[in-house]
Amino acid sequence: MIDFFSMLFLLAGALFFLAGTVGLLRFPDLYTRLHALTKADNVGLGLMITGLALQAESLSVAGKLVLIWGLVLLAGASVAYLIARGALLRGVLPWKR
Amino acid sequence: MEALDFALGLFDILLVFLVLSLAWLVMSSEDLFRAIVLFVAFGLLMALVWVRLEAPDIALAEAAIGAGLTGALMMAALDRLSSVKPIQKVAASAQRKQLSLSSKVLPLIALVLIVLGLGYALLSLPEIADGLTPNVKENMAQSGVKNPVTAVLLNFRGYDTLLEMVVLLLALLSVWSLGGERKLSPRSTNPILGSLCRVLVPVLILVSCYLLWVGADAPGGAFQAGSVLGAAGVLLLLSGWHVEQKYLLWPLRFILILGSGVFIIMAAVLLLIQGGLLTYPVAQAGWMILLLESAATLSIGATLAALFLGGVPKSRVDQ
Repeated sequence: MIDFFSMLFLLAGALFFLAGTVGLLRFPDLYTRLHALTKADNVGLGLMITGLALQAESLSVAGKLVLIWGLVLLAGASVAYLIARGALLRGVLPWKR
Repeated sequence: MEALDFALGLFDILLVFLVLSLAWLVMSSEDLFRAIVLFVAFGLLMALVWVRLEAPDIALAEAAIGAGLTGALMMAALDRLSSVKPIQKVAASAQRKQLSLSSKVLPLIALVLIVLGLGYALLSLPEIADGLTPNVKENMAQSGVKNPVTAVLLNFRGYDTLLEMVVLLLALLSVWSLGGERKLSPRSTNPILGSLCRVLVPVLILVSCYLLWVGADAPGGAFQAGSVLGAAGVLLLLSGWHVEQKYLLWPLRFILILGSGVFIIMAAVLLLIQGGLLTYPVAQAGWMILLLESAATLSIGATLAALFLGGVPKSRVDQ
């Protein structure tokens, strides 16, 4: 039962990473690409971590996994903001249809 | 199990292919910024390679130093190169036109010879080599730690690590003797960067302490801990952390030489008492290694952050 849920979470996470990568490659400008990338990082990694934490041997291992997710959330969100702001200040215009 | 082995085999082949092609792209990239980004990606994949070779200690060091801090150092260098870059580009394109046939063929011959030589050396190795592993295993009980890598680095071949500390110090001294003074950047007004710093720096310090402590019986140790500390320093420098002038002179220099200093003093004392360089008495080995590693961690962290600054630091207030 646990194996089933863990597989489900891991597959869902992989799907987000796939979508994020496709978005990174296919989206028209920097801002939309950042959007795709942070989705993969935040949600995809969160699902992966959940799937892995279910398999963890002890609570402390699961705790470390969750901590990794927290750090990536923090770094990912901040860096995405900093890159977008840097680009905007340098005059990179958002894409318009 | 067989399916897992097959998948891992596929993963390994993909990894080798990616590492080689990234290495090629780094070397052939005209744009230096692109080359640095690719180099960081290369470092991260190298860390994965070390994980696959079951060397987690080196994987940690590679990820932290090879991919993380080296990338930051190269970005800092690139920033300062921006004034000379156009000249370099002109020179490079002029050079390409002049390449004659012999200057293309000779390196190729040399390359083929090197590849053949390396290939021969690799194939002539015995298939199963124990190396020094049995020796290390036999003496683990006397080392004072439970992680064989730490035992080798700090005990059996402690002088290697001592010399590495000195090399790091020498690198910083060369940078300082080249670069003149550098003012700390003004405090960043960016609220996100500020709050990221406030949350992340304490966590990084905690992680650094953890890596230092866990090095005694699991992957970790002074270099990994020091590079995490160095990363915290880089983050603080980027966000314009305020350091008073009085801490920049002697306190900073004290921390920079602390690692090498404690190492040398320890080696000298042990040489007198025990009659051998860094031969610890068995009962005291544990805390002596911890002391050495703590000092080394502080020095490595401070040195890496100072290298990122790239010159003798000078407070912006005291001008």
